[in-house]
Amino acid sequence: MTWSEMSPLLWEATGQTAVMVGWSTLFTVLFGLPLGVCLAGTDRGGLFPAPAVRRVLGLVVNVGRSLPFIVLMIAVIPVTRVLTGTTIGTAAAVVPLTIGAVPFFARLVETALREVGRDVVQAAEAMGAGRVTIVARVLLPEALPGLVAGLTVTVVTLISYSAMAGVIGGGGLGDLAVRYGYQRFETTLMVVTVVVLVVVVQLAQTLGDAVARRLSHR
Amino acid sequence: MITVTGLRKAYGDVVALDGVDLHVGKGEVFGVLGRSGAGKSTLLRCVNLLERPDEGVVTVDGRELTALGAADLRRARQRIGMIHQHFALLSSRTVAGNVAFPLEVMGVGRAARARRVAEMLDLVGLADRAGAYPAQLSGGQKQRVGIARALAAEPSVLLSDEATSALDPATTQSILALLRRLNRELGLTILLITHEMDVIKAVCDSAAIMSDGRIAEAGPIPDLLATPGSRLAAELFPLPPAEPGTVTVALAADQTLLSRLARTYDVDVAVAAGAVEQVAGVPAGRLRLRITGAGTAAALADLRERGLLVEEDA
Repeated sequence: MTWSEMSPLLWEATGQTAVMVGWSTLFTVLFGLPLGVCLAGTDRGGLFPAPAVRRVLGLVVNVGRSLPFIVLMIAVIPVTRVLTGTTIGTAAAVVPLTIGAVPFFARLVETALREVGRDVVQAAEAMGAGRVTIVARVLLPEALPGLVAGLTVTVVTLISYSAMAGVIGGGGLGDLAVRYGYQRFETTLMVVTVVVLVVVVQLAQTLGDAVARRLSHR
Repeated sequence: MITVTGLRKAYGDVVALDGVDLHVGKGEVFGVLGRSGAGKSTLLRCVNLLERPDEGVVTVDGRELTALGAADLRRARQRIGMIHQHFALLSSRTVAGNVAFPLEVMGVGRAARARRVAEMLDLVGLADRAGAYPAQLSGGQKQRVGIARALAAEPSVLLSDEATSALDPATTQSILALLRRLNRELGLTILLITHEMDVIKAVCDSAAIMSDGRIAEAGPIPDLLATPGSRLAAELFPLPPAEPGTVTVALAADQTLLSRLARTYDVDVAVAAGAVEQVAGVPAGRLRLRITGAGTAAALADLRERGLLVEEDA
């Protein structure tokens, strides 16, 4: 396979991966961040302790995290149909990707929020700050470097998950590697795809690390 | 200014506060001394209700905090400043941002906030560090930021939770001097807890000693010095074991005690031992004296009458 044959395939696949990872990252933050705040807040000694709520949330999150992504992707097909009107394609892949990444990211958010010192939260309470103020102006800003680090790990995980999206016609770099590299013995394309994936993950990680470092004033 | 009555708090089987009564007058610096585990930290955190006592009433500046609902309590807390052992600054905010935080909580506008922050940083001598992050500051500077933050909302009361325990001796002295100055200049009432005698001696008008969840002793320091058998006075101003023929007197208000005795009663007054230091800016302590001469009995009667005679070891 020549470079001019591979190039359009690679561009298309990279674009599909970018779309899947981009949208699912957005939705993951949208749902995972509040979920993570709830996980941390409802804990004993948290900002709004509610052991029963926490147990339920924890259970849901653990169920989500215990399913291998490829199984989850098939299992949530009915949900995908309701949300996107279709069960195949790049847009349809965003649904399982989001569902797979939300529990993962929520746990990372929970951990990052826990790192914020109890004394800082109490100092804010002593100043008369309410819970909403404490979450918005103390917990989240203080945990921001950790949140960014968690988001970076989540993006890398999403890139990895998105490689399986070929199963439901989502396309992307992983699908390209399977269809050409594996099924058609196009070793060159396989190698190039691997290189592209490595470079993309490296870029994501480097960027995430740089932002986290920039935000940290510890 | 701060009145606490019948405070009880238990964590499971551990009783942290076992019926504590405390009164801190307006403009007073009141120190609570105790070992770790004595309950002093719980006591302080009960004053602004960070810990809710199981029983008892807390009144600050005429408001009964224990009777307030959540929203009113938050408003009342804005008028109670607090500084912390490990500073509890927001690492994501600059010095100015930290001082502005309580004002944001109160909903003070941007311009007024900036003015007040500049004022507070001037007050604690950190105007040139406004843009620095806490991680770039020394411990003493961090506590100054903590103090500026605690006072930004113009509280009537400042609570200090072992505020100097994480600092070296020289820095401790400068922070204590700052607290003393703020107390004088702003008429600020300060309730502090500490395990260090030196803190009490350096800034407090009054002191209490706590052990096993109770206040063992409390009062203005000059009164404590003159109280026979006072544990607090003995701990603050330790004297060697008494020798026969000596008496122990309190040195507080009457600075010219020795010369007055000598002149009035024609006695010789020799100091056998003594522990005298500046307490809240005034020399105070206890002296062990050997009084000899014809007027000894009259001199002792004089001391006894004035309530300065602490011990007679004859």
